[in-house]
Amino acid sequence: MATVVLSTKSCAENPLKSSTPLGAALAYLGVEGSVPLFHGSQGCTSFGLVLAVRHYKEAIPLQTTAMSEPATILGGADNLDEALVNITTRMKPKFIGVASTALVETRGEDIAGELTAIVAKRRELDETKIVFASTPDFEGALEDGWARATTAIIQSLVEASAPGLAIPSVINVLPGVHETPGAVYELKDLLEAFGFQARFLPDVSSSLDGYVPDVYVGTSLGGSPIDEIRVMARAVHTIAIGEHMRPPAEALHAKTGVPVSVLPTLTGLEASDRLVALLSRLSGRPVPERLRRQRGQLVDVMLDAHFHLSGKRVAVAADPDLLCTLVELFTSLGAQIVAAVSSTKNSPLLAKLPCERVYIGDLGDLEQLAKEHQAELLVTHSHGRQAAEALEIPLFRIGFPIFDRLGHQYRPLGGYRGTRELVCEIANVFISRLHEHKPDDFPLAIPPQPIVEDSRHVDA
Amino acid sequence: MSDALKAKIADIFEEPGCDKNQAKGTKERKKGCSKPLTPGAAAGGCAFDGAKIALQPITDVVHLVHGPLACEGNGWDNRHSATSGSSIYRRGFTTDVSEVDIVMGTGEKRLYRAIKEAITRHAPPAVFVYSTCVTALIGDDIDAVCKHASEKFGTPVIPVNAPGFVGAKNLGNKLAGEALLDHVIGTIEPETITPLDVNILGEYNLSGELWQVKPLLDRLGIRMHACITGDARYREVASSHRASVNLMVCSTALINLARKMEERYGIPYFECSFYGIEDTSTTLRTTAELLVKRGAPADLIERTEALIASEEARAWARIKPYQSRLEGKRVLLYTGGVKSWSVVSALQEIGMVIVGTSTRKSTKEDKERIKELMGGDAHMVDSIPPRQMYDQLMRGEADVLLSGGRTQFVALKAKVPWLDINQERHHAYGGYDGMVELVRQLDLEINSPVWREVRRPAPWERGYLEADAEPETAVFAASA
Repeated sequence: MATVVLSTKSCAENPLKSSTPLGAALAYLGVEGSVPLFHGSQGCTSFGLVLAVRHYKEAIPLQTTAMSEPATILGGADNLDEALVNITTRMKPKFIGVASTALVETRGEDIAGELTAIVAKRRELDETKIVFASTPDFEGALEDGWARATTAIIQSLVEASAPGLAIPSVINVLPGVHETPGAVYELKDLLEAFGFQARFLPDVSSSLDGYVPDVYVGTSLGGSPIDEIRVMARAVHTIAIGEHMRPPAEALHAKTGVPVSVLPTLTGLEASDRLVALLSRLSGRPVPERLRRQRGQLVDVMLDAHFHLSGKRVAVAADPDLLCTLVELFTSLGAQIVAAVSSTKNSPLLAKLPCERVYIGDLGDLEQLAKEHQAELLVTHSHGRQAAEALEIPLFRIGFPIFDRLGHQYRPLGGYRGTRELVCEIANVFISRLHEHKPDDFPLAIPPQPIVEDSRHVDA
Repeated sequence: MSDALKAKIADIFEEPGCDKNQAKGTKERKKGCSKPLTPGAAAGGCAFDGAKIALQPITDVVHLVHGPLACEGNGWDNRHSATSGSSIYRRGFTTDVSEVDIVMGTGEKRLYRAIKEAITRHAPPAVFVYSTCVTALIGDDIDAVCKHASEKFGTPVIPVNAPGFVGAKNLGNKLAGEALLDHVIGTIEPETITPLDVNILGEYNLSGELWQVKPLLDRLGIRMHACITGDARYREVASSHRASVNLMVCSTALINLARKMEERYGIPYFECSFYGIEDTSTTLRTTAELLVKRGAPADLIERTEALIASEEARAWARIKPYQSRLEGKRVLLYTGGVKSWSVVSALQEIGMVIVGTSTRKSTKEDKERIKELMGGDAHMVDSIPPRQMYDQLMRGEADVLLSGGRTQFVALKAKVPWLDINQERHHAYGGYDGMVELVRQLDLEINSPVWREVRRPAPWERGYLEADAEPETAVFAASA
């Protein structure tokens, strides 16, 4: 059990968070033919866009309502209207996902109401599905934005329950923001192994997986088809991954009545077992030989890896769900979590983590805690590089953004196979820095010296 | 927006140093420099982004952003502005204002405490505080907080008033210049002054480009007092008002700073560029002439000519070997401003063909130069929509695209060579040395074996067998 410690600082240093609207944009990009739109100043979009491009190494079709100062004061409805019409005429998207920013939320506009009015009035928007999520930057972080956008998509696009129509082979999956395209592929494979067809929402595996199409595509490259989102009621079960996906899962359940399982993570032996058991039960099929073999491989890798992780002092910083996943994984392999920093306090699971304290803070906190507790490894996204340089310890990159390494989008991260790969990656960091022992490494090997009275200082 | 900020912006729109501005009528001038933004079709950063770009390269100070998370959280540590000393400027500081601060109006208090924390933690020579849309909207008076904090902590705290919604990046650059004029430049006297002191304005030392140029000045005994702001220390900028000449690069981003430094401190400035061989020479030549006018020894001109002659010869000699590999290759140049023509002559010299150059952000003079270099305006293009550019590249209309990150994936998805010449570039293209590097990078990119690989047909595509059946496989298949 951990104590959750809130920050008392006024000056965040080296932010751990990426913004809430950006989380929403990433979710919207998991819908086919989509263009996410930030309702805010053009800078809100530009910063988010550049960061997403650096992470995915892909063109990101993120747009802005380009709020000017007068528009901010007089209200942004006209800008929203104009932006929707311009995007529709220019790019012909099937879907536009609107996310608000701190700027328009500060003024407290009724954006949802304005949007309804615009859509009712504008015939040229008839062919485009438009969805809105309230995502001010000053509330939450990436996970919250992603979850809110997913909820918004469910609420506006999924058709209400249609009892008797469930197709036994279809399962809905609501992946969390840290499930990479590779992780989605991995899970699709797992589901297929039990004869299931998966409907992911959002589905970044076909839109952000890095791909060269044969034609020019101005919108998202792929993603969940809108026709499939509409009929999510016909699935036999919904699996949501991560605590932050509980609200969208509840929204989907309320709308469709499809039973839901919220799994905190898919990474780790226990988590993978839980998923496989669930799928086996739902399908009524035995666990295929291939997966049994993979489980054995994961167990074997954990045995090999634990020698390199035992007793290692590790400092981790991430969004809440990813933090929980990482802390559990490292702990299960014998490492000691000397610092755990979460971007927000928005998960009840933080208090249950197997470490003393969880700090709500930034990478400045991570750096300081890692230094105080002599951490041997930093685990966070690419922005941890400054702390790693300063402390002269390695950085294991995971999360968002990762802009100084290639291939993050293909990491499978979960399931037996994904966990196996991840454990190898982590162990290799330590193996590549094996310590060459020197005589000075053993200060306690010398027996304590007997205390000798100093005879030179006799009474003068 | 405060009245003071309104007045500042009006003042920038009136800037007499700006030719583009002077060409307009009074009414048009009042509307401002940047085109009004089109919602749903706008690209590029906001004024805050522009201000940050212009000031962040001051390496030894804390840059503190007063706003909600995204302004700093999504954008910090993202440029390759290099440092030879402190790296405190790379850290991201923000007040990360919460809903409580906005509702309760505690933003100013939070800012004050944040300044205090930053000074306690890092003891910087100064703190730069940036306002953002939200904190400007709720009326936080950052000028007052900065003034109070400066007095209380004995460290200069500089307010930078450039909230994103006042306009685009370019306006932000200029507002950053105003902050330097109002609060920094002239606040410290330099330890030594020589008649050969210059400042460079608008050079941000991206990928270390300043260090390709500074040795040239060193060789001539010209002392760069401050670069504003590439690899700058606070003290250098604060004492830059005693230099003899200001070299203004990066077109007109800091024109207001240059002109007002002339007005206040009598420092003449001229617009110049270190991109391109010819341009570098012209810049050195003009610098020498102006310095001599300002009292530098007359032999400076002679020494400068000698340096130019030897460096130009050395550069061309280094470029020559690439001629056979690049001759006849067609370049689409998609950048704007000075770069729309400054690299053209080097590329033409080695026989490359410019099939188009974009003049989106170019001035009238830039356009004149293009006509002169390329024999007419046939190859000048405005902006090209991405889909159209993709089609052009797919049709094979260019062998390489030289542009910025925004069009990177248009080229790559069309499997066409691409070279980054905008701010995110990883290679330094300044001075004579930089032009040699640009040509070398062009060769590496255009002639990379990867293009042949990635354009191979897939096994299920027509042409696969014709193009690639290896003889052995074919024999094996036939006998099987």
